[in-house]
Amino acid sequence: MNHDRYPDDYIRDILDEVKVIAMVGASANNIRPSYFAMKYLLEKGYRVIPVNPGQAGPEILGQLCYARLSDIPEPIDMVDIFRASEAADAVVDEALALDPVPKVIWMQLGVRNDTAAARAEAAGLRVVMNRCPKIEYGRLSGEIGWMGVNRGSISSRRATLSSGRTQRLSLSKTRTVPSSE
Amino acid sequence: MSDERAPGFNTMSIHAGAQPDPTTGARATPIYQTTSFVFEDVDHAASLFGLQAFGNIYTRIGNPTCAVLEERVAALEGGTAALAVASGHAAQVIAMHTLLEPGDEFIAGRQLYGGSINQFNHSFKKFDWHVVWADSTDVSSFEKAVTPKTKAIFIESVANPGGVVVDIEGIAQVARRAGVPLIVDNTLATPYLCRPFEHGADIVIHSATKFLGGHGNSIGGVIVDGGSFNWMREGRYPTLSEPNESYQGMILGETFGNFAFAIACRVLGLRDLGPALSPFNAFLLATGIETLPLRMQRHCENALAVAEFLSSHPKVSWVSYAGLPGDRYHKLQQKYCPKGAGAVFTFGVKGGYDAGIKVVSNVKMFSHLANIGDTRSLIIHPASTTHRQLSDAQKTSAGAGPDVVRLSIGIEDKEDIIADLDQALASA
Repeated sequence: MNHDRYPDDYIRDILDEVKVIAMVGASANNIRPSYFAMKYLLEKGYRVIPVNPGQAGPEILGQLCYARLSDIPEPIDMVDIFRASEAADAVVDEALALDPVPKVIWMQLGVRNDTAAARAEAAGLRVVMNRCPKIEYGRLSGEIGWMGVNRGSISSRRATLSSGRTQRLSLSKTRTVPSSE
Repeated sequence: MSDERAPGFNTMSIHAGAQPDPTTGARATPIYQTTSFVFEDVDHAASLFGLQAFGNIYTRIGNPTCAVLEERVAALEGGTAALAVASGHAAQVIAMHTLLEPGDEFIAGRQLYGGSINQFNHSFKKFDWHVVWADSTDVSSFEKAVTPKTKAIFIESVANPGGVVVDIEGIAQVARRAGVPLIVDNTLATPYLCRPFEHGADIVIHSATKFLGGHGNSIGGVIVDGGSFNWMREGRYPTLSEPNESYQGMILGETFGNFAFAIACRVLGLRDLGPALSPFNAFLLATGIETLPLRMQRHCENALAVAEFLSSHPKVSWVSYAGLPGDRYHKLQQKYCPKGAGAVFTFGVKGGYDAGIKVVSNVKMFSHLANIGDTRSLIIHPASTTHRQLSDAQKTSAGAGPDVVRLSIGIEDKEDIIADLDQALASA
C-alpha cells in the first residue's frame, strides 16, 4: 500500500467493515482530538473501546477504559493509535499478539511509523497512517462538505441520510470520483 | 484503479461541492434560505456547538448552499477548505483577524485594488494592525520590509488595475524565510488562469463578485486554506495555537489539522464579526462558477484582441496588458497565467485626465461603473472614481495616474467591443 495516498475505496471499505475499534491513547479530556474522534465514531454506531493505562478503570464517554489491548475481553476489528509515532511500534506488536488478530491498524493524523506498518502488513493486516477516521468518515459520507472542506471527490449520487436522523450522513457504497490531490 | 483518475478543471467547476440533495434528490443546488437548522436533541446541539459533529447551526456560521460554493472554490484552487463571506473585503478582514494581534504588521504589495489600499491603510489601523508597503514588481522590497512583528505577506496574483503579474514564487520564498504565510488575492486571475498554491501561497483570497460569479449580480468573498502552513510552530499565531476559551480551551490548530485556518476563520472570525454570505448570493456565485472556464477563455481572447487594437490606436499612448508579447510582464504571465492574461487592463489616453473622462462618457456599450469581471464590458477612469481618495503619488504608484483608463473586457462579440472603444476615442 502506498501510504502517501490512499484510494477512497480502501478507506471506505475499512470504515464499512469494522465494527469494534480499540482506541489507544483515548482521553477523557473533552477538548482533546481523541475525545472528539471517539464521540463521533460512537455516534456513527461503532463500538469504541478506550485504551489508556492512565485512565483505565473509569469510563470515557460511557465506555469502560482498559489499560492495554490484551485486557479487552472481546475481539477487536481495528486498533486506532492516538500516540506518538515511536509508540506505534509497541502498540502494533501488542495488536499482532492478540487472538484473534485485528484486521486493521489505523494511525492518527500526524502519526506515521513505516516499520510498524510493514510488520502489520506482513501479517495480513490493512494499515492506514496519518489520517483521522472522523475526518475520513466525514469526507466520504459528505458531512464534512458542510464545513467547506474539500472532500477531494465528486459524485452525481445523493448522499445517504442516516435513517430517521437530522443532519447525519452515512457511508454509502456509492463510489465517488476523486477530484484533487 | 480507473476511478482514481482525477477529473479536470471544467468537470470540477460544475461538480465540486455539489451532490444531489440527500432528502429531495434536487440536482441543482437548493437555496437553503433559512437562518437556522433544528437539532435532533440536546446532545446533538452540544456536539455541533462544541465542533464535535459536522453540521449546520445558524447561517451566520455556515449554510449548505454557501458550503457548495466553499468546497467548489477550495477544489478549484487545490486547497483543503474554504470559507465564503459577504464580500472580498470581508474575506480580508476575517483572514487578517485570524492571523494578527494588535500591534502586528503585515507586508502588502502596493499594486492593489484601491479599496484594499484604503482598508489596509485606514480601517485596519483601528484594529492596531499595520500595513507595511512593498513593491509587487520587486521581490527584494518584501525582504527589506520584514520585521519581527511581520505576521503575513499579502499580494494580488494579477494586480488591479495595472495588469501587473506578480512573481508569486519569489515572494513566497521571502514569506517562507520570514516564517509567515503568503496570502494571494487571486480575484483577477481566478484559479482557471493561476493556481497560487502551486507557487507557494498559503492562503488564497477572492472577491467572488468578479470573475468567479462572473455576471455582476452578487457580492461575495472566499478565503481558501492551502493546508500548507504549520500554525503550531513557534506560537506566533495564538488564534490557532493557543487554547480557545470560547471553545472550552480547544486548540484549533491541533484539532483541525491541515484545514484549521479555514475552520478558525469560520468559528471565530465569521461567528464573531458576522459578515455572512446570503445563501441566495452563494447560489448565484456557485452557478456562475459552472461556466468559469468557458467565460475566462472568451474574456482572455477578447481582451487580447482589444489590447492589440488599442496598441496601434493614435489616441492611445500606452497599453498595459501582460498578454501582449512586448509587455514588461509578459514573461511572468507566461509562467503564472499561461492560458491568458485575464480581462482587466489599463491604457493611457493622450490628453490626460480630461481625455480619460471623455472616453468613459462617450462609450455606448461599455458600462461606466466600479466593478470588474462581468459578462458585460466595463470601463472606468480610476483617478476620478475608485482611486480618487488616494493622493496623486499613491494614485500613480497604484497604477491609477490621471491618463489611465481601466477596462474589464466582457464576453460580447469582440468586434462590437472594439467598435465602441473606437468611437469613444474618436470623440475624446
